[in-house]
Amino acid sequence: MFVYILKRFSSAILVALTVSIISFSLLYLSSDPAAAIAGENASGADIEAVRKFYGFDRPIAVQYFEWLTKAIQGDFGESYYFKLPVSDLIFDRLSITMKLGLSGMIFALSFAIPLGVIASIQPNSLIDRFALFLSVMGQAVPSFWLGLILIVVFSINLGWVPASGTDSFQSYILPTIVLGYYAMPAIMRLTRAGMLDVLSSDYIRTARAKGLSKRSILFKHALRNAIIPVVSLAAVQMGFMLGGAIVTESVFALHGAGYLAWESISRNDLPTIQALILIFSLFFIVFTFLADILNVWLDPRMRLN
Amino acid sequence: MTKYGKKSESVLSIQNLTIPLPISGDRKYAVENLSLEVGRNEILCIVGESGSGKSITSFSTMGLLPKILTPSNGKILFEGEDLLSMTETKRNGLLGDKMSMIFQEPMTALNPCYTVGNQLNEVFKAHRNMSAKERKKRSLDLLREVKLPNPEILYTSYPHQLSGGQRQRIIIAIAIALNPSLLIADEPTTALDVTTQAQILRLFKELKDTHNAGIIFITHDFDVVAEIADRIIVMQHGQIVEQGSADEILCRPQHPYTRLLIDAVPRKTKVKCKIDVDKPVAISVENLSKTFITKGGLFKPSRIVEAVKSANFSVKEGEILGIVGESGSGKTTLVRCLIRLLKPNDNSKINIGDLDFSNLSGSALRAERKNIQIVFQDPYGSLNPRRTIRELLIEGPVNFGVSKKEALRRAKKLLKIVRLDGDILNRYPAQFSGGQRQRICIARALAVEPKILIADEAVSALDVSVQKEVLNLLNEIKIKFGLTIIFITHDLRVAAQLCDNILVMKDGQIVERGSVEDVFEAPKNEYTQKLLAALPGQNWEAPSFV
Amino acid sequence: MSIIINKTNRTEMKTPTSPTPREVIIGRMKKHKGLIISFAVLLGLVLVALAAPLLAPHDPFKQNLLLRLEPPVFLGGSWNNIFGTDHLGRDYLSRLIYGTQISLLIGFVAALISAVIGTIMGVSAGYFGGKTDLVVTFLVNVRLSLPVVLVALAVVALFGGSLFVVISVLGLLLWDRFAVVTRAATMQIRNMEYVAAAEILGTKIPRILWKDILPNIANQLIVIITLEMAHAIMLEAALSFLGLGVQPPTPSWGLMISEGKPMLFFEPWLITIPGVALFILVFAINMFGDGVRDVSAPEGRN
Repeated sequence: MFVYILKRFSSAILVALTVSIISFSLLYLSSDPAAAIAGENASGADIEAVRKFYGFDRPIAVQYFEWLTKAIQGDFGESYYFKLPVSDLIFDRLSITMKLGLSGMIFALSFAIPLGVIASIQPNSLIDRFALFLSVMGQAVPSFWLGLILIVVFSINLGWVPASGTDSFQSYILPTIVLGYYAMPAIMRLTRAGMLDVLSSDYIRTARAKGLSKRSILFKHALRNAIIPVVSLAAVQMGFMLGGAIVTESVFALHGAGYLAWESISRNDLPTIQALILIFSLFFIVFTFLADILNVWLDPRMRLN
Repeated sequence: MTKYGKKSESVLSIQNLTIPLPISGDRKYAVENLSLEVGRNEILCIVGESGSGKSITSFSTMGLLPKILTPSNGKILFEGEDLLSMTETKRNGLLGDKMSMIFQEPMTALNPCYTVGNQLNEVFKAHRNMSAKERKKRSLDLLREVKLPNPEILYTSYPHQLSGGQRQRIIIAIAIALNPSLLIADEPTTALDVTTQAQILRLFKELKDTHNAGIIFITHDFDVVAEIADRIIVMQHGQIVEQGSADEILCRPQHPYTRLLIDAVPRKTKVKCKIDVDKPVAISVENLSKTFITKGGLFKPSRIVEAVKSANFSVKEGEILGIVGESGSGKTTLVRCLIRLLKPNDNSKINIGDLDFSNLSGSALRAERKNIQIVFQDPYGSLNPRRTIRELLIEGPVNFGVSKKEALRRAKKLLKIVRLDGDILNRYPAQFSGGQRQRICIARALAVEPKILIADEAVSALDVSVQKEVLNLLNEIKIKFGLTIIFITHDLRVAAQLCDNILVMKDGQIVERGSVEDVFEAPKNEYTQKLLAALPGQNWEAPSFV
Repeated sequence: MSIIINKTNRTEMKTPTSPTPREVIIGRMKKHKGLIISFAVLLGLVLVALAAPLLAPHDPFKQNLLLRLEPPVFLGGSWNNIFGTDHLGRDYLSRLIYGTQISLLIGFVAALISAVIGTIMGVSAGYFGGKTDLVVTFLVNVRLSLPVVLVALAVVALFGGSLFVVISVLGLLLWDRFAVVTRAATMQIRNMEYVAAAEILGTKIPRILWKDILPNIANQLIVIITLEMAHAIMLEAALSFLGLGVQPPTPSWGLMISEGKPMLFFEPWLITIPGVALFILVFAINMFGDGVRDVSAPEGRN
């Protein structure tokens, strides 16, 4: 088990390093960072001066290692636009995104898993059909559009919750629903499919032949096995959700890290974009790593090998 | 109309049970108007081929059938009470307590997430009021009763850490935990090696007496039946075709279907034609070894498994060599090396004629593949479901440079030889039964006109009557084409039926070799002796109907 | 002893009239309502896209500043502009019709590019295993950890928001699921004995991949193509909504929603109409994919 975790960890580090190379080099592909900093009206000489000053004239590999060394220490440089350290900027905004992501995931799980379980017990029942309907809708409704519609209904027409901002917890309600609903269909479907699979397995038959109670068969024997792949999926979805927060945050004007990313991209603010891509990737890597560890703990076949 | 050998009262009495099949099926009833009785201290064997309805009968007794299969008529009386009209709660209370069941596949029958102890404990928890301490004591006693070593360690083990035989013992322990009056065992030894099977069968015979239970034992294997049955029911197409005491059915069967089944039981019936000593050697294997090395990573020590250790043998033209071994004996690895799906260790030699087949690779290997062909075990997995029979049959010859027209001519001829219609060429594998598919596989292998044909457990997945037909076909082909056949099997009885010479493998080594007579009459190796002793049904001389 | 003689002697042999696999699947398709309905809807939308110049009542680009924000006919507007006009006075229905072209084009081409990349990666990883598999798995992990929307936005911001750029970016980003699914499917099939049999019959590897592997993973592939098509269409809409996808005045549905957003409080139909169009398209694609999976699953539905 220890060996597995170490292996898994080193592969996570390798992925993270590769992502850092990509996020660093992505923005050198076509644009000239010096020109971007110098501004639209700068002369050729000004741009050269900026290039020297920021060290853009050195080999890219050297620049990368310098950037990475600093990034590991939490220094992502200074934002071209805000003229503030990128790390301060992101750190401020990240808490909003994290709150949103967590509440969205809790929302998604608390609907997806019970629905998936009930749907699997009674396939083709009313609840199964309802769950299927919810998931099919969820996969077909664009989240930004759902956000706008919810604003129209609940903020404008009914006036129950604020349409934007982060002043109170109420302002998180709609974004949570939108973000959570994005992650819900996949989790629900996997729960249902996993449960159906497990319920038709040999060991459930053994459990039934033992005369165990329905509850014990369902929760102790079936769900415990079916939940293992769901854990991995939930981690992946959590990563996607944070990466997708950019859309939700811009709809609800929540000034989180996603919103910051949008602003930075519109303003060509390279250091901020680089840092955000790297950080969102790291979140994904950390979540999936944790999920794998959790699965090792949940599945004795992995724990004891 | 039926007289029972025993005077005991019946535990289970099934009366006129009928279970309709969903409309799409090719017959109307899974089980039709079936009546049977099981007494205490009795082992009732239900015998039948796949699809005979024998499992459905037992599953409906346990109430484990899916909802689409609901009995439309009849009663299942357990100790006088009808299970079919009982409330679910009451019935659930009987399961695992008064009546219990053992299944075919021990590898998947235990929940991988819980320890053995936990899964044993559950039965006591569900049906009895017992302290945790007592539950543990009873569980350990059970593990001892089914003769598992180190019960204390097993108690805290997880299923994946145990072998198939050990798992089946645990499932038996669970089933007998509360002294059931009725024990149903559905092919409980089919997935096990023959030596393990012998031990489990012995266990069943003991249980019958110690637990005072009625046992329904479902199987397709008449030798197993001969080993343990008190009474026998033979089923076909959802109906009982014949029933009676073990002696009556085994020695004086009346119904033609029973006779057909008994006749198909593998026996040493082959008329030996002496192999021509002067015939040249078709294939000789020298020092063939295969070592698997799982590369150690940064943190992992590398593991070395010697799957085959220095095998030496040769097969003459027109000879059938049987290679026999239990699971893990290395016979599969040996086969995969022979057909070069695996590369054997460097100093190994596989000589076919003047050619060393073991060292070729790339296009040189591809060109020589036509010498040696194979028929695999699983008739369902060895034909690509997306290609027609025509495409499947001409693929090989065309790869070796035969024109399409000639390949097609050959395909038609071969279909006739394996006794399939020539007009099936445009059909897909899914349209054929297992036995027919195995014939197609044989035709496919023969289409490239190989010198050597390997049959890798080629009849193991087939029903016993079909098995016999395919064995006869192989023998016929051998004579017709002067083919050399290497026949791999786990079943000594089947090997004896077809082969001239036999190799016995254990742990990657050849431990015994000789003619069928020598190996059966005077086995030299201890392991071979053990294998032979473990064969079920040895006291039964199958009657002949010719 | 009792003997019950079987009246009819049924044989185990299948009747020669048993249907071919293709006939079985076509039979199931005809019975699958969801598949038929979604196929009809998709066919309709494709026809709308192809015949847009004939169907659209007005020029989708022509502005009429005198007729701005006319409401649609069901909210009291005139029949001249059935779905009203946008903030520049362009006919909303015409823009919607031309938008079908954009969505379908992006969805289809992006999914196709992804399918080619992902399938090549997945099949080679699954078939060859070993180092190839390690590399592909690693690439998939790297790709999965990159936030798609963010990277796509950044790239579009750098290269400019042309249709070509959007399609290429999406096509180069959405191959992960193809790789994951085809890898798993190929591994499974690679272990089937018919692949071994083909090898032993002297079949060359490219032919094995083409004849034995691909046809047997085709069903799964079609399902993923529909999923990723829907995914690409949604992403394009999101990018355009954020102002960094297809650029104005192209009639993209996402862009239409984005342009309607400032009028959210007063003219919510501006976002409702293109949103519903988007929903219908994506819904039909998903339903089609589900249907294909149902009918091609070995045991049929569920």
